[in-house]
This record gives sequence, C-alpha cells and structure tokens, in this order.
Amino acid sequence: MTDRPIKVLIAKPGLDGHDRGAKVLARGLRDEGFEVVYTGLRQTPEMIATAALQEDVDVVGLSILSGAHMTLLPRICELLRAEELHDVLVTAGGIIPDDDVPALTEAGVSAVFGPGTTIGEVAAFLRANVRQRD
Amino acid sequence: MAAAEVRAAELSAAAVAGDRRALARLLTAVENRTPVAEAALRTLYPQAGRAHLVGITGPPGSGKSTLVAALIAEVRKADRPVAVVAVDPSSPITGGAILGDRVRMQAYAGDRDVFIRSMAARGHAGGLASTTGAACAVLDAAGFDLILIETVGTGQSEVEVASSADTTVVLEAPEMGDEIQAIKAGLLEVADLVVVNKGDRPGAQRTAAQLRAMLVALPAVGANPDAADRPRPKRPEVLITTAATGAGVPELLVALDRHRAAGHAAAASGGANGARLARADAQVRAVLAERVADRLRDPALAGEAAATLRAVADHELDPFAAADRLLAAIGREGHR
Repeated sequence: MTDRPIKVLIAKPGLDGHDRGAKVLARGLRDEGFEVVYTGLRQTPEMIATAALQEDVDVVGLSILSGAHMTLLPRICELLRAEELHDVLVTAGGIIPDDDVPALTEAGVSAVFGPGTTIGEVAAFLRANVRQRD
Repeated sequence: MAAAEVRAAELSAAAVAGDRRALARLLTAVENRTPVAEAALRTLYPQAGRAHLVGITGPPGSGKSTLVAALIAEVRKADRPVAVVAVDPSSPITGGAILGDRVRMQAYAGDRDVFIRSMAARGHAGGLASTTGAACAVLDAAGFDLILIETVGTGQSEVEVASSADTTVVLEAPEMGDEIQAIKAGLLEVADLVVVNKGDRPGAQRTAAQLRAMLVALPAVGANPDAADRPRPKRPEVLITTAATGAGVPELLVALDRHRAAGHAAAASGGANGARLARADAQVRAVLAERVADRLRDPALAGEAAATLRAVADHELDPFAAADRLLAAIGREGHR
C-alpha cells in the first residue's frame, strides 16, 4: 500500500510548560490524516531520539517556547544522526527569533514555523518534503 | 519480489541481532503490509512463539498506559527485556490518529531492553490493529520475552485481544458500575486477570469485592457432568493496583508469571493451549481473507468480481450466491 499515512512525532523538549500549541498542532495534523505520536512535555533530547527511532517516524516536530532552542534543537538533530535517522525531517515551532533560524537550519532543522502559521501550511510542507520509503 | 526478499532478509537478520532501527523499520513494513513484511514474517515466524504476550485492555482513562509504564519498571527490576505495542484509534473520517500512550512511558529512553511502539488501529474494529499480531511476532523473534499489548480504550465487547495474547488483563476503574455490569457477557468473560486500577480512589475495594463476588465465586460449570463439553467461563483473579504509585504492580507481575507458568504446564501435559490455537486461527483466517481479496483484484478475476458486486447491488443476486460464484471463480483460475 503506497498510500500510507505519514507518521509524525510531536514533542516538547526542555522545561517550558506551554503545550497548547503542540496539542493543537497534533490535533490539526490528525485531521489532515497524519498519524501523530504525542510524547508531551519536558522531553530530553534522548527521549525524543529514542521515540523517533522506535516509532520509525517520518517527521520530528519540536515545540519550544523556553528560549533554549539553540541548545536543545541542535542536540536533538545530532542524536538523530547518531541513530542514523538521516532521512527523518526535523521541524520546529514555538517562539524562535528569525535571527536564530539560519543556525538551526545549519544544524539540521528543515523548517521553523512561527506564530501565525496555519495547520494547512505545516501539513503541506510535510507532505512535500517527507522522505520516500519502501 | 526478489528485491523485497533481499530487503526482508537484511532487516530480519539485523533486527534479530539487536538492531533497533531495523526492528522499527520492519514494524513499519508490517503495519503497511508491504511485500517486505510478508517475506520477513515467513522467516521470523518460526523463531517466534517464545514470548509471553500479555493483553492489557479496559475503558478509556482506566489507566492502561500508566499501568503498562508501571509494569515496565517492575519487569526491568528483574532485568528482563520488555516490548510494548500500544494501539490507539484511527479517525474514521480522515484516517489520522493521535498515538498518545507513549506520554506515560517516556522514562526508559536510555534503556535498549525496553522497546515501545505505537500503532494506529487503521479502521480495524475489536481494539487492535489488524497487524498487531504480526508486529508481536516480529518483536518475539527479536528476543523480547515479554510483550505488553495495550488495546484502544474498549467498551463491553472488544474481545479480540483475548485471541491475540496468552494472558488477558482487563482493567476497571472504581465505581464504574454495579454487580449487573460485572455479570454482563463480553469483555470481563475473556479476562484471565481483572485489575481494579486507581486503587487509592474511594470505592476501589468495594468494586473489587463486587467483581470477585460475581466473577470468581461462580460454581464451576464442570461440576455438572452434562456440561463437561461446554466451554467454561474463566474465573479470573481480581487484583487492585494504583499504577501511578506502583502499588499492587509487583503482585500483578507475579500473577502474570503464574498464569504463564500454568499455560506452559498445561501444554507440557499434552493439553491444547487454547490461547495459542485461537491466535493461530485468527491469524490464518486474516491472511485467508486478505488472499481472497487479493485474488479478486487479479486482472483475470476483477471483471467478474465487479460484475458480481453490481448484481448484488441491484438485488439480482443474493450475497451468498455471489460469494459462492467468486469462490468458484478463484478455484477455476487455480493457483497463481
């Protein structure tokens, strides 16, 4: 069956407790036909990489509003590469200043979705950029 | 097909050797029912059959995921590897799903002897995905000695897990119903163990006492010689746990191991292992149904299949005659 659902991990790395956005996105992607693994708040980079590996997700979506994105997001990308998950798309959302985006892109984050992004835009980006698999 | 077989052999060998990424990829192939999955299952199935498959079922919010997390902690104290397959429902509208069971089980990231996999039911009714059994066989072959199967939140009659597991645990929350709920036919009948979770809530003891009175204290059917051949209701043990604190969980693991040992003892003394026969039956029937559907999609038969369906839709043919006609057509075409 080639028409399989795209599997997305939605996780919140770090210590901020603002998970409304992550939950709304999870729900929105469900409505777009994605299978969304939701792991919730206060995830360490190791927890996120392990979940991505075991669940064999196509996308890791990270929501972060604490300001620690320059530390946590590159670390997660590094761990995913260490697990040889090179073809997993990493995206981020939350409060991330535009000035930080080039460095995050360099680290392996494919897209940063700031406030005001619609669910439809996220879904369209994921469909267009997700890996092709066997 | 040759390429699929090569890929299947690679992934299977790596998964059995302990490569978790290969295992995860194999599980995806199984979920997507690819040719790789079938080829892999053909080689892995003979290596499976060693694991203890434990089904955990119960209503939404009764604490299944939290109890699974508590069981993982308990099992890891004894240094036993454990795998979890957690099923959540798929949207009947969009096909999407929220797989949220993992939220409660994230404490084991650094532990490679814990492997947790979420599955969407993908339209399959009964509390599991149609590929859950095959996923368990893969985890079994990969060396997981204990596999916990968490169903979707169930109602009264999603009993499929009983034919997929060696031991079926039915969770109840306190104050969810009276004795009449406890004697209704359905889910409680397939329980090998009944667990009243949230044991720290008022009413937990009373709920457990009611369940014990109704489920355990029944006279044995076999006492009546006329009924000796009739299927007998199970007489499950009733336990109380507080999964959030771990209270009662060591006792639950002991009860699970005891049930497993009883199954082994029955098999060793020549008795049929009912749970395993039921599982074999369900698996073979599922593949048969898929095979029949595949054959009907064959170009040689697709035309006749479509015409037969139209005839039934127009009430020119009844569904029984239609099924007989299609089975005969498959027979005529012979083996591919």
